[in-house]
Amino acid sequence: MKLTHIFDSRRTWAWPYVLFLVLFVLLPLLLIFVYAFTDPQGHFTLQNFVTFAHKSEAVNTFIYSIAVALITTIICLLLGYPAAYIMATAELKTPAVMAMLFILPMWINFLLRTIATVELFNMFGIPLGEGALLYGMCYDFLPFMIYPIYNTLQKMDRSLIEAAHDLGANGVQVFTKVILPLSVPGIYSGIIMVFMPTVSTFAIAELLTRNKITLFGSLIQRAFGEGGLQMWNYGAALSLIMLLIIGLTSFFGNNEDNETQAGIL
Amino acid sequence: MRQQPLTNTQREAQKRQRDLTIRRIAAHSYLWLLLLLLYAPIVLIMVFSFTKSKVFGNWTGFTFALYENLFTGYDRVAHVHVDPNLYHSLFYTLIIALIAATAATLLGTLAAIGIHNMRQKSRTAIQFINSIPMINPDILTGISLFLLFVFLGISRGLTTVIIAHVVFCTPYVVLSVMPRLTKMNPNIYEAALDLGATPFQALRKVMMPELWPGMLSGFILSVTLSIDDFGVTFFTKGSGGLDTLSTFIYADARKGGLTPELRPLFSLIFITMLLLLVYINWRADRQAKQLANKKK
Repeated sequence: MKLTHIFDSRRTWAWPYVLFLVLFVLLPLLLIFVYAFTDPQGHFTLQNFVTFAHKSEAVNTFIYSIAVALITTIICLLLGYPAAYIMATAELKTPAVMAMLFILPMWINFLLRTIATVELFNMFGIPLGEGALLYGMCYDFLPFMIYPIYNTLQKMDRSLIEAAHDLGANGVQVFTKVILPLSVPGIYSGIIMVFMPTVSTFAIAELLTRNKITLFGSLIQRAFGEGGLQMWNYGAALSLIMLLIIGLTSFFGNNEDNETQAGIL
Repeated sequence: MRQQPLTNTQREAQKRQRDLTIRRIAAHSYLWLLLLLLYAPIVLIMVFSFTKSKVFGNWTGFTFALYENLFTGYDRVAHVHVDPNLYHSLFYTLIIALIAATAATLLGTLAAIGIHNMRQKSRTAIQFINSIPMINPDILTGISLFLLFVFLGISRGLTTVIIAHVVFCTPYVVLSVMPRLTKMNPNIYEAALDLGATPFQALRKVMMPELWPGMLSGFILSVTLSIDDFGVTFFTKGSGGLDTLSTFIYADARKGGLTPELRPLFSLIFITMLLLLVYINWRADRQAKQLANKKK
């Protein structure tokens, strides 16, 4: 009798998931903290962060990765906003198909697409340096910029634009004072959805530059992959630094983003 | 759309029309240029699925040999088997995606119903935790779970990969189902209970039909995310030889050569998705037309 009573209150239906979140989301994140501030013997230490700060190569990689992610995000925004704007406003016969055409490439494994991009560069004799890295990053993440912006622009109330026109605003004014402010939520989530994966990726950079350029993600991966047990604490410290970056970035975005993120398909 | 105030002269109207046409052409060209860049590597994969060279990008004549190899698992000319790990990883990619997406859909739907009925404070708290796996980059999700499995002494393999995929899929299911709950009339569930239904019956007969579309899109999204995942799988698969297509391609590429049969495999996957899209669009179009005819 008591069991059914618990089931009656639908609040309890979330309990399995709450337990799941505690065990597989919160506890693992806590472990990153624990490992980052301990040595392999389990004693508290700040040595992992000191090691990072003293390795100029690691610090440089860190700064370099953030720069690459920022530039990628800016290029994606500059390329993606007009595309989203055109799709949402121009009288395309089939805007939904156009939107799907931008999503469809994601069904080909991104590593394979990256390798194909490398081959494309090889065929045209373009060296695999920074340019190739930036191109590949933008290529992989551009759809993540276009889609949320397209979504917000599409939901926009068209009568606002007409009202602005009727009240005497010219084309530029309508864009800067009405359309752009209204699309800010989409821009936010687009920036987050491009910046987060680019700042943390390791496979794409390794494949695109044939290991010539190392990004921060690769440093973390190597600490866990090749470093052996001794390096895990250092790797956890690097992960914590990245977690901090991610936390700061999402702090500046707002919570509404999640819905646009879920709307990607 | 133009900035000049409207005048009634025909010349003005003509100029406006011409400007609009130019802008439309420019806008369309821009979109098609982006699509061209986006699809260039994919076209390359498809073109080179029809030649047999081991090295990608090296054309050695038109042949269906790679497709034949892919389906028979054996290269008749070179007398070698196609890397069996390709098939294993394809199998595991699908198995993991289906199990993880199903589990995520069930867990996420129940969670969404629960969260929907919570008080504001606990709802906000859980929704915040729910958003962590979505915001977290795959490498951090992967490493944190890696540390957890090591900490708990669980050996990594198929089970840990599936758990890890459920972790990053479920939040999207919760988010797809929540809007459906908000739109739903809260009284019909209570009414079903008052009329003698058990909570399970009320869930199945009253709520499920309403939540179904949200669950479906959550499921499809989960399958997509799971199939495309690399980072999380990489850190949770262990060293027992378990691979998904992503980790197989990564290991393959690091070794130097890419298994040539991957080209026809992904060409077929892409064509299937394209046809599916065309079909869905055609059906939606037809339904819209039928609806329009009925209204007449």
